[in-house]
Amino acid sequence: MEFLQNMDWMQLLRCFVVGGLICVVGQILIDKTKLTPARILVIFVTAGAILGGLGIYQYLVDFAGAGATVPLTGFGYNLAKGAIEAVKESGLVGAFTGGIKAAAGGIAAAVFFGYIASLIAKPKMKKQ
Amino acid sequence: MKPINTTQEYQNYVDKKSPNSPILKNCFNAFWVGGLICSIGQIILNICKSRGMDTQMSGTVVSIILIGISAFLTGLNLFNKIGKFAGAGSLIPITGFANSIVSPAMEYKSEGYVMGVGSKMFTVAGPVLVFGISASIIVGLIFMIFNTQNITFV
Repeated sequence: MEFLQNMDWMQLLRCFVVGGLICVVGQILIDKTKLTPARILVIFVTAGAILGGLGIYQYLVDFAGAGATVPLTGFGYNLAKGAIEAVKESGLVGAFTGGIKAAAGGIAAAVFFGYIASLIAKPKMKKQ
Repeated sequence: MKPINTTQEYQNYVDKKSPNSPILKNCFNAFWVGGLICSIGQIILNICKSRGMDTQMSGTVVSIILIGISAFLTGLNLFNKIGKFAGAGSLIPITGFANSIVSPAMEYKSEGYVMGVGSKMFTVAGPVLVFGISASIIVGLIFMIFNTQNITFV
């Protein structure tokens, strides 16, 4: 368990607090507005992409690590960052390929595990 | 205390006794569950980095593991219980994205594996991907325009 000795506990605390606070923002949106969870997810991803594009989100990622990248804003940030880096390398085409390339692992895992998990799930029949 | 006789009185009593308490409790639960999920991500990230992976790759591994776990927890009907308790604490992290794929897919399983599961998976995830990807393309295009004019944008 050498990673436990190398663990930066302050880093973990910053991650916990920032990740928690981002979720609190979402909770306030759920409780105080009539937005559906789907819209909130869309808002978070888009906000992350915009903040990522402006370079603001990078500071949060440097500060909090996974506390900023694990929430869906981090997914948006990842997409935007990928697009920017690909534009630097290959210009116009990069704007189209970079985002998904950076987020490919997450998207593919979500589709694959999502489908498998749905297949093995016990169909809970509830009449609505 | 005055006895409560009518529904109206009861409503007033409830309103007086519980100002904002549900939202505070919800926020507290969202805070620590969300923080915990991110911390698990951070621990996985540190393990990956100590094995010599770069930041981009480690981040991808974290996403894949968290998505995998929450997809299967949703399939086993356990994630809904966490979700009821934690609200946004489990919705906002990437676990919520996986959950939003599996739960509608499960519900429409009876409509078949292609048009049921295969298409309903994207009821919520579809819009997320549409807006996320579109936003990233726009960011890339804007960056390209500004970058070619040598304005430091990021």
